[in-house]
Amino acid sequence: MLTALDKKLLQEIADLHGEPPGAFNIRKDGEGIERRSLEGIEIIPKKDQPGIDVIVAPGKEGTVHIPVILTETDLSDLVYNKIEIGEEANITLVAGCGIHNPGKGNAQHDGVHEIIVRKGARLVYTEKHFGEGEGGGKRVLNPKTVLVVEEGAYAELELIQIRGVDETARVTEAEVMAGGRLVMYERLLTDKEQTAESDVLVKLMAEESTARIVSRSVAQGSSSQKFYPRLLAFGPGRGHVECDSIIMDQATVRSVPEIWAENSEAELVHEAAIGKIAGEQLIKLMSLGLTEEEAEEAIISGFLK
Amino acid sequence: MLSLENISLELEVEERIVSILNDVNLNFEAGKMYALTGPNGSGKSSVARVAMGIYKQTGGRVLYNGEDITELGISERARKGIGYAFQHPARFKGMPVKDMLELAFKHSDGYNCKVLRDIGLCPDDYLERTLDNSLSGGEIKRIEIATLLALNPKVRIFDEPEAGIDLWSFEQLIDVIGNSHRKDTTTVVISHQEKILNMVDEIVLIEKGTVSMRGSRDEIWPQIKESAECSCRKNCRLEEDIYADCPR
Ligand SMILES: Nc1ncnc2c1ncn2[C@@H]1O[C@H](COP(=O)(O)OP(=O)(O)OP(=O)(O)O)[C@@H](O)[C@H]1O
Ligand SMILES: [Mg+2]
Repeated sequence: MLTALDKKLLQEIADLHGEPPGAFNIRKDGEGIERRSLEGIEIIPKKDQPGIDVIVAPGKEGTVHIPVILTETDLSDLVYNKIEIGEEANITLVAGCGIHNPGKGNAQHDGVHEIIVRKGARLVYTEKHFGEGEGGGKRVLNPKTVLVVEEGAYAELELIQIRGVDETARVTEAEVMAGGRLVMYERLLTDKEQTAESDVLVKLMAEESTARIVSRSVAQGSSSQKFYPRLLAFGPGRGHVECDSIIMDQATVRSVPEIWAENSEAELVHEAAIGKIAGEQLIKLMSLGLTEEEAEEAIISGFLK
Repeated sequence: MLSLENISLELEVEERIVSILNDVNLNFEAGKMYALTGPNGSGKSSVARVAMGIYKQTGGRVLYNGEDITELGISERARKGIGYAFQHPARFKGMPVKDMLELAFKHSDGYNCKVLRDIGLCPDDYLERTLDNSLSGGEIKRIEIATLLALNPKVRIFDEPEAGIDLWSFEQLIDVIGNSHRKDTTTVVISHQEKILNMVDEIVLIEKGTVSMRGSRDEIWPQIKESAECSCRKNCRLEEDIYADCPR
């Protein structure tokens, strides 16, 4: 049974009201508590280690939810998930982790996701992080995603972490095969003493492999952020990295994009910018009657949309 | 309704104090439409910025319905009823047009659609667009105007609303500004356009940071026209070959 707190966390990370539609697996405090497979979308718990296999049959369309929630303190949850999207399938997959840490100890979730998007398939993958808790214990999230986008497939990753996670170190590795397309949107907000690090390595393996990485972040308080988006082309692929950060208060932001081509037909671009909120934006919104604080909020929430 | 009294403005530019406005006196009455015109760099936008509270004047007072608002900031003046459509609108990464219009007008979607349609943008195409560099100059300018129309303040200052707007839509723009003007609103349009100067009750000529002339259209228009034509003719004659087909 899901408690009221569970439901709140699920709503925060997966926009769920009660039981998800379609296939799903809900993991709470280190254990799978509810699960539903469907014809063509099988969710199987792993036998030798914590985690699940999600196997989508070729040509299948649908939605899969695999949220993780933590509601205890002094808990470290490590999970290995494997997700395979069959050829020509079209799947929306909502992952994510919500932590309510009630005590003084840490609550930590480290998830390793291995995702294969088979030829011609399409995957939209959303992973949202959320943390809360009054005990002062840390909420820690260290996700690792290893992705293969096969020939002619399309994968869209949306990685969102807005408020409440104290420490995060994210690793994302992707290989994009011939004609495959990868789009990755990262949205991050840190506050207080929080730290966030994101390490991305995308390899464009062959001709017509394309990737776009768009990272937007806001650093407030004394928080710090580091980004290492790397884009490597072995063949005549095309890639674009865009990192844009708003820095406020006493925060620190480091952005170290790298583009690396091993083929003379490759086209790689990176853009990175760090700056405070533009004065002309504040002035415009204040001229509509918003206070300076309201204007800042509106600008940040738009920026992270 | 809105008066500027003995306004002077100095700004620090590269560690030097530069005088931008000098003893500007203007009184804008309710129900009337005004045009501010004058050469580039003469101080028209600066007058608007002082009225909106964006620039803090070095001397003088700003009064709104008799109340001294000199010390009020931008947000407070906005809440009293002063609004400004910028000459060069800011761009916002990620913010949809819809959100901007909703910030200006905190009610139904229907009205947001109306103001977009009024300035010639199809709501279906534009409400979800983001206010970033993907919008053209003319589009962002129209949205800026729509935002002021949605806000519908008592004092409306449009800064060169025609800039970047194609000729066909220009007529429509004039109609929208004219039709939305009410008995209790004051409309100020900063413009160089003859058609706009022709529609207002009073024209104010700003030159070298001060008001050099003001009066009815019939008094002012012939003089502006003459001085504009003179300088054009001179230029044309100087380089007769290049400007052989000068329209004037
Ligand atoms: N923030 C600023 N910093 C430096 N100089 C400024 C600033 N704002 C205005 N100025 C200067 O003040 C003068 C008046 O500028 P303003 O923008 O008011 O002119 P304008 O009449 O609106 O011109 P235009 O027709 O080109 O829009 C110009 O010389 C301009 O360079
Ligand atoms: Mg100007």
